[in-house]
Amino acid sequence: MSKLISSMSRGIDRIWATPIRFLDTLGEMLTMLGRAFLWGLRPPYRIGLTLQAMEFIGVGSLSIIVLVSMFTGGVFGLQSVKAFRVFQADGYVGTAVSLTLTREIAPVISALMVSGRAGSAMATELGSMRISEQIDALATLGVNPIQYLVVPRLIAATVMLPILTIVFNVCGMFGAYVFVVLVMGVDEGIFIHNIRWYTDVGDLGMGLIKATFFGLMLALVGCHQGYNAGGGAKGVGIATMRTVVITSVAILVMDFVLTQILMQVGF
Amino acid sequence: MARASKERAKQQAHGDGDVTQVRARGAAAGDDASGLEQRSENHQIRVRGLAKTFGEHEVLRGVDLDIERGHINVIIGGSGAGKSVMMKHLIGLLKPTAGHIYVDGEDIVPLDDYQLNRVRRKFGMLFQYAALFDSMTVEENVMFPLLEHRKKEMSRAQMKELVREKLQSLGLYNVEQKYPAELSGGMRKRVGLARAIITQPEVLFYDEPTTGLDPIATKNVDEMIAEISEQLGVTSVVISHDMASTFRIGHRVSMLYKGQIVASGSPSEIITNDHPQLREFLEHSGVNVATAEVRR
Repeated sequence: MSKLISSMSRGIDRIWATPIRFLDTLGEMLTMLGRAFLWGLRPPYRIGLTLQAMEFIGVGSLSIIVLVSMFTGGVFGLQSVKAFRVFQADGYVGTAVSLTLTREIAPVISALMVSGRAGSAMATELGSMRISEQIDALATLGVNPIQYLVVPRLIAATVMLPILTIVFNVCGMFGAYVFVVLVMGVDEGIFIHNIRWYTDVGDLGMGLIKATFFGLMLALVGCHQGYNAGGGAKGVGIATMRTVVITSVAILVMDFVLTQILMQVGF
Repeated sequence: MARASKERAKQQAHGDGDVTQVRARGAAAGDDASGLEQRSENHQIRVRGLAKTFGEHEVLRGVDLDIERGHINVIIGGSGAGKSVMMKHLIGLLKPTAGHIYVDGEDIVPLDDYQLNRVRRKFGMLFQYAALFDSMTVEENVMFPLLEHRKKEMSRAQMKELVREKLQSLGLYNVEQKYPAELSGGMRKRVGLARAIITQPEVLFYDEPTTGLDPIATKNVDEMIAEISEQLGVTSVVISHDMASTFRIGHRVSMLYKGQIVASGSPSEIITNDHPQLREFLEHSGVNVATAEVRR
């Protein structure tokens, strides 16, 4: 009987281990966010480091965003033309492409691209600094590592991701125009008129609000994983891998939750 | 007068060694209050009942330790004894499960990050592998503390000049524009030391400074630590398991064993101490205690 109880207790522990670990990590991240917020308000303000991080996250990701957005817009336009022609409604392709891009695709794919490129790089850089004791060295030199390393990256990602999303929208629409109008022969006037008629600032705003949250989240995950890395080179590798996995899943989950909330408030 | 009393206390503590002996002498003088006052002036850092547990693993179990002002204090112990964990507590990188750490009489355990930053400005630290910022040049590394804390007092040109002077005083010439990856282990340690001392800290921590160095480089690092201690008058705390180095440079040696200080005193006292774990440690250290070069 006691054996049965102890094996049942082990089984329950195992079932609970994953959600408890998840809540632990979430708690640690929120604590880091809180500390970053407080340290961000205190001087010295790390403007130079923030600009450097913005350059890395924003300018560094620009070429990949332009490339991916043009093809995404293009292929989405092509598929829409095929589907809408069934109902002889290909004049509405522009509307479908612009609404989907601004509200969903641009923020989500931009965030996925930036998390793969910059989020993982943050985890690797901070993880290497952690295992080589450079983060401890910062603290012993009277410099708070959260203020020096985390705050600039959080600000940079939160500011740059909406900007990259705007770039994605513009280039995505251009890609769609090229394939829908120039290749598939949909009327240019109707294509542009329907985009202007059905897409408003609220649609763009929804995408930008999502992008802001995605930017903050991916930088927080990257910094948290790198900052708490351990176990040598393998630990840095694990931190990087976890950053990509966590941010990719979190972007899709957050997208669903934010869409629900934003639609409720009238977007 | 304060200086005379400080010197007298230094000599007293240095000559007699054991913490308990010094405490007993103060009490025997029938003046507990002044004894405690003298101790706080004598000791830059005092650790009382320090305990740290990671999960179920107890690393520190009630450490009591006094770090003497202006002296080289060496903490010895085997791997896993808790030396590095203790040093991280002294510098405020870890919070203890229980106990107190007094730096110049101020308990640093309850301090928050912001207050700790202020206390840490008294400290400098040389890490085991130097912990230089690998994305910065040697000059940028050494100048970093100045840029952070002395920006209003010094121009950039003055900082550069001071960096050059410090590097040269440690035997490093024309390395300013090199990156840490281009330097040898010994050179990296000297750059790390230059970075640690450039703001003239009151306390210098050394985490296993001779680990991974050849015997000649080890001797050079030992001499460097002794010179810096004498020239700058700083309090030095050295974590080590290198007994030859410990006897060469240490004014005071404390042994950490299974999370507790089991022996403490001058090198001569440590050699004659009959604590079983200390004896075993000395016997297996490869140092002949009968002929060891001991700082007196």
